[in-house]
Amino acid sequence: MTLSVLVVDDHAMFRTGVRAELEKDPRIVVVGEAEDVDTAVPAVLTARPDVVLLDVHMPGGGGAEVIRRVGTTAPEVRFLALSVSDAAEDVIGVIRAGARGYVTKTISGPELVDALHRVASGDAVFSPRLAGFVLDAFAGTIEVAQVDEDLDRLTEREREVMRLIARGYAYKEVAKELFISVKTVETHVSSVLRKLQLSSRHELTKWASDRRLI
Amino acid sequence: MTPTDDRDERGVRRAYRPADHRVVGGVATGVADHLDVPVLWVRVGFVVATWFNGAGVLAYLLLWRFMPLRRPELSPGLEAASRRGMRTPGRPGVVEVAQTAAVLAVGAGVLLLLQGNGLAGTWVAPLLVVVVGVAVVWRQLDDAAWQSWLTRTSGGGFVLRVAAGLALVALGVVYLVTQERGFAAVRDLGSALAIAVVGLLLILGPWIVSLVTDLGSERRERIRSQERADVAAHLHDSVLQTLALLQKNAEDPAAVATLARRQERELRSWLYGDEELPGDSLAAALREVRSDVEQTHRVAVELVVVGDAPFGSPADPGLVALARAAREAVVNAAKHAGVDRVDVYAEVGARQVEVFVRDRGTGFDPDAIAEDRMGVRGSIVGRVERHGGAARLRSVLGDGTEVALTMPLPVPSSPATEASR
Repeated sequence: MTLSVLVVDDHAMFRTGVRAELEKDPRIVVVGEAEDVDTAVPAVLTARPDVVLLDVHMPGGGGAEVIRRVGTTAPEVRFLALSVSDAAEDVIGVIRAGARGYVTKTISGPELVDALHRVASGDAVFSPRLAGFVLDAFAGTIEVAQVDEDLDRLTEREREVMRLIARGYAYKEVAKELFISVKTVETHVSSVLRKLQLSSRHELTKWASDRRLI
Repeated sequence: MTPTDDRDERGVRRAYRPADHRVVGGVATGVADHLDVPVLWVRVGFVVATWFNGAGVLAYLLLWRFMPLRRPELSPGLEAASRRGMRTPGRPGVVEVAQTAAVLAVGAGVLLLLQGNGLAGTWVAPLLVVVVGVAVVWRQLDDAAWQSWLTRTSGGGFVLRVAAGLALVALGVVYLVTQERGFAAVRDLGSALAIAVVGLLLILGPWIVSLVTDLGSERRERIRSQERADVAAHLHDSVLQTLALLQKNAEDPAAVATLARRQERELRSWLYGDEELPGDSLAAALREVRSDVEQTHRVAVELVVVGDAPFGSPADPGLVALARAAREAVVNAAKHAGVDRVDVYAEVGARQVEVFVRDRGTGFDPDAIAEDRMGVRGSIVGRVERHGGAARLRSVLGDGTEVALTMPLPVPSSPATEASR
């Protein structure tokens, strides 16, 4: 199965580099490029790629704004965030907007291809750094400005999984360490992602009715 | 945000309106932060005070005018990204907005009940509309992005500005047309113009005020940007040096990677924070370990730190020992494991600090190390245990090594609660 990818980044040099790297892999087709929010949204909606490789910082409001505008129009499109900056707040912001993972721009070609495939198949891609940001967000150490203060707490198991990923364990190694299956690890990671994204539009209503607010 | 931030040059603690998370003017949030009470109480307080001759509204407007707005101090890279619109601006949570609207609605309802249905009812509603309208316009101008709003020609802010202006002008026109009575019309025209002028003043007023009052902050901003230009010059210089070195070392891929990585870290730490000195805190010390080991041993050290523990002064010996032991573990992995990457993870909890150093290298048999070899026993295990901590070593031949270090925190809870605020 080939994977269609749209590259959204405001640095032309980086887009060219990523494109060359991705096209070495026969299973990946780069269907387009965009350089800012205003060009990215129509590009996503016309190309309908499997995965959008999305820069965190971009003219027009950043990666989160692209996800927000594409919104429910193209729910099958998945987003993978990437960035050079270590701005935890902004990375968490993009994840909260709906990205299914985060990688840094120093990632190697094969690793990036692997991450794209995992995101396309519905998994979440958590690098050690993202796991650290997530733990920080739930501990309240970094400020997640645009959100309600009560992020749902992580369960003990979810925390354990996050900590192992932050320690550099691959999903397979996490599974071995905790005596659970890789599938269960993926379930835990997805549920952490869900807790982070809870206040996004689609789930707010459910969240509110669960708490008898409406 | 630490409490020390709130003090001005004379050491008096001041209240600020936070620019980054506020629903209307940030007054309630600012007061709540200052008094250290939940923001909901403050909002309810303002509404209750309004029942008594509108004191709450008056207090709110006065505080709005006199409490300075505080923008979050960002690293240069993030500030530039915000300025160029490359970040997604923060928004108050939906729940918080709904809650505030509910409090206001209940307050307005009670106010109407108290006033009865007589004369008061006729002025409360239009007055409410006017206050809300003006508040919306002021809020726009008050925003950190007011400048772009003023020049924008599309979007909600612009529509609002035009609509507000048109409404006031229309009010003047209607007044004039309905009062068509010859000579009296001149006087009426005067009143209509007066209304329009008042409307314009309401819209432009805050802009004029901010022009006058912002001169001071503008000067500060200029000094800061000069400082930044100096730092940028220095940094670009160091980038040039690195580029020269890269060209000289073009035949040695490992050296090129090391040089590029070091330069990347240097730029990153300047652009996105982390400017602490290695002696300041555990995270800063571990970052120094990373750059040292990367440079001398040519491996990549992937460092993730959750929370942070300041060393304090005098430095807490336990934390210093922990950082030294971690350095030893990273160096061991870099030297003996035969890998190109070492993962380091540190987590500062409420009562203890944990550091994990992991590699996927050759591994070894811990029991087989000679008793007299200083490496693991003395400089890692012994060093940590002397200060009440614990060290656990797990190594599988062919499958890598992990060193887990734990150190109890000296004063329970105080650094952790500070960090989590």
